[in-house]
Amino acid sequence: MIDTLLQGLLLGSLYALFALGLSLMFGVMRLTNVAHGDFVVLAAFAAIAITTVLPWHPLTIGVVLLPPAFGFGYALQRFVLNGTLGKDPLPSMVVTFGLSIVIQNALLQLFSADPRSLDAGTLATESVQLGDGIALGTLPLVIAVVSLACTAALQMLFDRTALGRAFRAVSDDRQIAELMGLDASKIYALATAIACALIALAGVLQGMRTTVSPSDGPLLLLFAFEAVIIGGMGSFWGTFVGALILGVVQQIGFYFDPGWGIWFGHLVFLVVLVVRPQGLFPRTR
Amino acid sequence: MSGALIQTRSLVARYGDAQALFGIDFELHAGEVVAIIGANGAGKSTFLKALTGMVGVPREAVRYGGEDIGGLRPGAIVRRGLTMVPEGRRLFPSLSVEENLLIGGFARRSGPWNLVRLYALFPILKEKRRLPAMQLSGGQQQMVAIGRALMSNPQVLLCDEISLGLAPIVIKEIYDAMPATTAEGMSVVIVEQDVSVAQRVSQRLYCFQEGRVALAGDSNALTRAQISAAYFGD
Repeated sequence: MIDTLLQGLLLGSLYALFALGLSLMFGVMRLTNVAHGDFVVLAAFAAIAITTVLPWHPLTIGVVLLPPAFGFGYALQRFVLNGTLGKDPLPSMVVTFGLSIVIQNALLQLFSADPRSLDAGTLATESVQLGDGIALGTLPLVIAVVSLACTAALQMLFDRTALGRAFRAVSDDRQIAELMGLDASKIYALATAIACALIALAGVLQGMRTTVSPSDGPLLLLFAFEAVIIGGMGSFWGTFVGALILGVVQQIGFYFDPGWGIWFGHLVFLVVLVVRPQGLFPRTR
Repeated sequence: MSGALIQTRSLVARYGDAQALFGIDFELHAGEVVAIIGANGAGKSTFLKALTGMVGVPREAVRYGGEDIGGLRPGAIVRRGLTMVPEGRRLFPSLSVEENLLIGGFARRSGPWNLVRLYALFPILKEKRRLPAMQLSGGQQQMVAIGRALMSNPQVLLCDEISLGLAPIVIKEIYDAMPATTAEGMSVVIVEQDVSVAQRVSQRLYCFQEGRVALAGDSNALTRAQISAAYFGD
């Protein structure tokens, strides 16, 4: 059972990486990016495409992908998504849903429907022995450390920096923030840029840990969404804990029956929605 | 009259099909405190919003420091030195007192106002600087709203009904801080429901009625009867 719990925490930390970007975009702009999961898959396939021409380790590719992902996010928000924002959430959902379809079909066209993965070399096979027959994979541990570091960094950015203050101010009251001289469209673009950098990292790590196929996006979006809802919108740590809970619950489901894991996760998500719709760690101020 | 810091000529503003201002002629000079009074719906707040870019108006309708600024984005206007304390305070709930003040300094204009100066003006804010802004009393929140605007080191401060919902003693405390701001050469426009307060703190006074200027003159020279007639449209 301890093994299941530990494996669940490691799985959850990967989900946390999926969820942080979604939480950031929703928190700052109230924008639900329906293409979020497809962006993760797109990043994984971008890394796979790079490995066909450059003999780099996937982790190196992950780092190299950060600046273009940041630029992509900035441009996407500045020139496409900003135009969809308003009191009505529907336009942004329709546009990102359209993006989702375009990405899935483009990837299908370019890479076929075959599942692929990134070769992480010995990192994928090494493990750390904890005694009593419990072994933790090195790669999942690396992912957990990256996820923890990203959550801490994002929370610190939000709480302690001028940019974080600006994120919270435009989220609270865009009109007054602009009256104080903030350019909301640029601040939104920076939020999506950071979200996309996190997505790129998540995509590469997902491709290293398991396989990806062009149609995986919606399920990854669902995991991210469930983690955000379970955790509540209070903080990125809430999202992180929500993702860990989702990972553990799925792993417990897998323990009983390989077909039950995902379903268990959905069940807990539904229970949280019914019993505590504001999530476990809601916004407190 | 030439030499005005802010000048509007026949300023017209509308919300969609509804016209709110019908040709406002207004002047503000450097270092002056001007009050705008009028009943609800007279167009006072709309006028301030037109000055700060929150309501679209033609470029040449607002002249400020020799430049036409009508319809510019609010950010561009605040960087030129025109800042508003909005009606209802509109503080950022997820930011602490100090963070709210720091957001006001985002425009990065140089000038005398900084956190140290503000805390000297409103000492209670220093004590409560780490608290969420919404945990403060109404009067203290108003101090934060004024401080936030001052942090941009404005040349002109526009105050929209800053006494609304506050106890008289608190209103006095807030207006007593006004000379400290105008001593720096800043000009102030206050929109005020309370006529006696408006008359006391301002040098000149405008009375708006249904989107038009019904009366304008030196605050001390205007009589109660004149103001009443303009206010109620007798």
